Amino acid sequence: MSKVRVLVGTKKGAFVCTSDEARQDWAIEGPFFCGWEIYHVKGSPVDPDRIFASQTSGWFGQIIQRSDDGGKTWNPPGSKPEDLVNEMGWPQGESNKFVYDGVAGTHKWYDGTPHPWEFKRVWHLEPSLSDPNVVFAGVEDAAMFKSSDGGASWTELSGLRTHTTGQDWQPGAGGMCLHTILIDPTDHDRMFVAISAAGAFRTDDGGTTWKPVNRGLSSNFMPDPDAEVGHCVHRIAFHPSKPQTLYMQKHWDIMRSDDSGDMWREVSGNLPSDFGFPIDVHAHEPETVYVVPIKSDSEHVPPDGKLRVYRSRTGGNEWEALTQGLPQKNCYVNVLREAMAVDTLDECGVYFGTTGGQVYVSPNSGDNWTAINEHFPPVLSVEVQTLK
Amino acid sequence: MIRVTLPHHLRNLAGVGPEVELDVDRPVTVSTVLDALEARYPVLRGTVRDHGTLKRRPFLRFFVCGRDVSLEPSDKELPMDVTEGAQPFMIVGAIAGG
Repeated sequence: MSKVRVLVGTKKGAFVCTSDEARQDWAIEGPFFCGWEIYHVKGSPVDPDRIFASQTSGWFGQIIQRSDDGGKTWNPPGSKPEDLVNEMGWPQGESNKFVYDGVAGTHKWYDGTPHPWEFKRVWHLEPSLSDPNVVFAGVEDAAMFKSSDGGASWTELSGLRTHTTGQDWQPGAGGMCLHTILIDPTDHDRMFVAISAAGAFRTDDGGTTWKPVNRGLSSNFMPDPDAEVGHCVHRIAFHPSKPQTLYMQKHWDIMRSDDSGDMWREVSGNLPSDFGFPIDVHAHEPETVYVVPIKSDSEHVPPDGKLRVYRSRTGGNEWEALTQGLPQKNCYVNVLREAMAVDTLDECGVYFGTTGGQVYVSPNSGDNWTAINEHFPPVLSVEVQTLK
Repeated sequence: MIRVTLPHHLRNLAGVGPEVELDVDRPVTVSTVLDALEARYPVLRGTVRDHGTLKRRPFLRFFVCGRDVSLEPSDKELPMDVTEGAQPFMIVGAIAGG
């Protein structure tokens, strides 16, 4: 019998929720790293018991944690002194060492002046599709790092940050973060990232060189609404069987590209609001997409106090509200960009977490929802593993 | 033997109690104490001072003998009471946040 493992990152720790394929009864373990912000937790598709977590704190900086037993026990990778002694007899301790390549230079600050690149935290961890020792990290200030030793040490893929447009990147309200990494399952050298507020970028050579893929996006807050970079992309997603088709939740607008990001078109259609953060795709239907609209960029709450996931079965434009089991009055939570995921069971499960601490599951593609737990700390990220 | 006290979260991270003891060669300074702490507990590298720049993290302070030495040069020798283990070198997290 299959089971699912839901990995929840919150403002006060990580939680691991497990259930069988009915997805009705849940065992909850945690909090792990209680009191720390856990921006993201994600397991390796090659070795599902290997799970990486980004643990951060305004006091103590960034820690990378790794579990090799499905989330039961955790350690910073390579942190044991006996694993680390170098030729000088000193521990190396580099699992949380994120240092920009070369002279980091500057990007734009909120007021348009140059500002030095400063590493702050890891927003997103994306394990390789083929090697359990390879994992990518998307960080703030925006850059991409790669580890080839299970997270013990990290090297920047600096071709992204040093792109000719890099000095013009500017932070969004939440900081200048690289929050989305997608690896094309048909060509692992092709990857997409999204940066708030620089836009979307694509590499076709494993991260050595990058190009902005933002044509068709329009952002009225920019001096040139159609500029090559500067767009506040909140999330991008694709279906593994159709990776050339991308969906995007932007700072206003739901967008779609059918040519790997070379050109985008708006598919917001009949949504009550095209502002929001997460977007995801049904596990078996590449044209079925989910978003959670919120009222506006200044009021990050559901319209009319009703928490509604919107589903399109036509790849955008036509959207239906999914409400069964979700609060339909007096609800003022938000759903953050990392906080939605799907499982791959025969009947696709959809999951999301809120800033109010609820994690909801729909075991039937969004038709009905129940709460896995209603009293977590504010949820920062949700990922799902489907286990045989 | 130098005594070092740690904030709650760093104790948990390093798997230690409220105070650790370290052998530190003379002269004993903020830098040599932190070098010894990170050598003994590699998981703490990057948490007290930035991994790249080795600058003290803004919300952390260093106290010795009732005195805040956070802003003093990190290579200045610490008081005898600390170097002889009579008083601890205290790493304290600011009371802030939610």
